Amino acid sequence: MSTEPQSGSGISGDDSLEAAHEKNRRVRRALFGCAAITVVTTVAIFLVLFDNAAQYFFGARISEALFDGDSFIRTITFTEFLTGTRWAPDHSTPAHGVLPIVWGTLAITIGAGMVSIPIGTATALYLSEYATTGTRNRLKPILEILAGIPTIVYGYFAISFLTPVLVDGIATYLVNPVGQGLDSVSHLAPGLLEPLAAGMMGASVGRYSMLAGILVVGTMTIPMVSSISEDAMQAVPDELRNGAYALGATKYQVSLRIVLPAAVSGIFASYILALSRAIGETMAVTMAAGFNAKLTANPFDEIMTMTAYLVSMARGTTAVGTIEYQSLFAVGLLLFILTLSMNVLNDLLKRRFQEEYR
Amino acid sequence: MSTKRAGEFLSDIDLRREKFRNRVFHGLLVAASLFGLVMLVLLIADVIWQSAQALLNYDIDLWNFLTATSSSRAGQAGFGASIIASLWLMVLTAGMAFVIAVGCALYLVEYAPENRTTRLIEANLANLAGVPSIVYGLLVLALIVNDAGMGSIILAGAIALALLVVPIIIVASIESIRAVPESVRDGSYAMGATKWQTVRQVVLPKAMPGILTGTILALARAIGETAPLIMVGTMLHATRYPSGPFASFSAMPTQIYNWTYQADRMFNGLAALGIVVLLTFLVGMYALAGYLRKRYETDGGSISNV
Repeated sequence: MSTEPQSGSGISGDDSLEAAHEKNRRVRRALFGCAAITVVTTVAIFLVLFDNAAQYFFGARISEALFDGDSFIRTITFTEFLTGTRWAPDHSTPAHGVLPIVWGTLAITIGAGMVSIPIGTATALYLSEYATTGTRNRLKPILEILAGIPTIVYGYFAISFLTPVLVDGIATYLVNPVGQGLDSVSHLAPGLLEPLAAGMMGASVGRYSMLAGILVVGTMTIPMVSSISEDAMQAVPDELRNGAYALGATKYQVSLRIVLPAAVSGIFASYILALSRAIGETMAVTMAAGFNAKLTANPFDEIMTMTAYLVSMARGTTAVGTIEYQSLFAVGLLLFILTLSMNVLNDLLKRRFQEEYR
Repeated sequence: MSTKRAGEFLSDIDLRREKFRNRVFHGLLVAASLFGLVMLVLLIADVIWQSAQALLNYDIDLWNFLTATSSSRAGQAGFGASIIASLWLMVLTAGMAFVIAVGCALYLVEYAPENRTTRLIEANLANLAGVPSIVYGLLVLALIVNDAGMGSIILAGAIALALLVVPIIIVASIESIRAVPESVRDGSYAMGATKWQTVRQVVLPKAMPGILTGTILALARAIGETAPLIMVGTMLHATRYPSGPFASFSAMPTQIYNWTYQADRMFNGLAALGIVVLLTFLVGMYALAGYLRKRYETDGGSISNV
C-alpha cells in the first residue's frame, strides 16, 4: 500500500481529522434523532388522545383552550363516564357510561386467558420437558404461525365456521335440554335455574357471540404464552431438575413442582403479554363478538369491546367535531392506559426472571 | 422412621399410581399442544373450502378477480386495486420504518452511553411494542388525517403502519448488530477507520441480512393489519386503482373486511378468495425471510469460527 495517507481516511492531517470528528458528531446526532422518534411517538400518542378526549369531557381541546382561548365547560363528568351502565354516545338520547364496553373487553380478555393460559402453559411444559428436540423444532414454529395470521382471517374464520358450526351447535344442545327439563327441575331451584334457562333461550345465536370472540382471541394468543413460557422454562438450570430426580421425583413432579415454580416470573410475564394483546385485539373481536354494548355474562350474547366501538365509529365516516368523534379518543385513551399498565407490569416481571438465571 | 412406613412408601401400589399419573399428565400436555395445531388446520381448511365453494358456485373469472377494481356488483368485483394499494403501503412503510428503526438500533448498540436517557428509550421500546395497533390508527387520524388536513390517503396509512412496525424492526436490528463480533470492529479501527466508517462499511453490511429478515417479518405483520387502516379512514370500497401515495385507497385486509359485511353471499366467497391472496403474500414473505436467514446463517457461522 502507499505510504501517502488517503484523503478522507481520517488520519491525513489535523484538518481532515477535525472534519471526520465533525462528521461523526453529526451522524451521532442523526442516529439519536431516530431513537428519539420512538419516545416522541409515545408522548404524541398520549398528548393527542388526551387533547381530543378533553373536548369530549370539557367541550374544548386543551390546545384550543391554550391558543384560541376557548373555555372549558364540563359536558360529561368522569363519574358518568366511569360508572354509567349504558354506552350510546351516538344515540339520539345519548348515554356516556363506558362500563358496558369495558365489560365487553374484560369478558373477551378473561375468556381468552382461560383458553390460552392453560393450553399455552401445558404446551410450553410439553415442549420444554417432554418433547424430543425434533418434535420441538417442528411444533414450535407451527404454533408460532398462529400469531402471524392476520386477525381479519380469524374474524372471517369466526363468522364462517366457529359461530355457525360450533357456537350454534353448543347453544342448541344447551338450550334444548334445559328448556325441556325446566318444568321438572324448576321447583327445586327456581331462583337459580329459571333465569339461567331463560337467559340461554333468550339469547338468539346470531352472527355474533362472545364465545366465538373468546375462542379466536384465545387461539391467537396461545403462542405468546407457550413461546415465552418455554423460554423461561429452558432458562431453569438442569441442576435443579437433576437434584429433584436424585431425590426420587418423577417427571411429572419435576415439571409441576420444580420447573413451573422456578420459571414463574417469566411465565407470568407471558400471561400478561397475552392478556394485553387480548385487550387491544380489534378485528377478530369486532367480527366475532359484534357491536352491541351490553352488560351480559351469557357467552352466546352479542357484546361490544372498546376496540369494536372504535371500529364501528370509524367505519361510518364520523365527522370531526361531533361527540362521536371525540368519544373515540376518550375510549382510545382508556385503552392506551390499560395496555400501558399491563406492559409496565410485563416488563417488571420479565426483568426479574432474566436476573435470576442469566 | 419405622420399617413399616418405609415399606409402604416403596410399595407397588404407589409406584403404579405414580406411573398412571405421569401417563395422564403426559397425555394432557400432548392434547393441549395439539389444540393450537387443530385450530390452525381448521382455519386453513375453512378458508380453502369457502373459496373453493365460491369458485364452484359462482362463475368467478380468476384473472378478472386479480386485476379488476372492486364493485358494488359481486359479479364484477375484483381485488386488483387493493393489491396495488397494499404494495404501495408496503413500499412507503418499509422506507420510513427501515430508516428510523436501523438508525435507532445503531444508536442504541454503537453510540448510546449508559445513562437514564438510554434506559428511557429502551423501556419505551418495550412499551411501544405493546401498544394496540388501533391506537396508532387513532394517532394518525387525529394528527395527520384531520389536524394536518391530509385526508385518508395511502401515505397516512403507511405512517400508521410504520409506527406500528418500527419497534419490531428495532429489536431484530439490535440483535443482528450485537451479533457482529467485536474483533471485526477492532480490525477496522486498527486500519485507521473512524467510528462512522466502521459502522457503515463493516458493521452494517455484516448485520444487514439479519436486519432485512426482521424487516420482512415486520412487513408481513403490517400487510395483514386492518384496524389502523380503518381508523385512518380507508375507503371500504376500492373502485379505482390508487394513483400514488396521495390517493385514497382500500388495502387487501380492509377490502376483505368490507366484503364480509355485504349481504350478497357471493361477496363472502370473494372475501375468502381475498384471504387466499393475502395469505399467499404472507407465505411468500415468510419464505423470503427464512431463505435469507438460512443463507446468511452459514456464512455468519464460518466467520465466528475463524
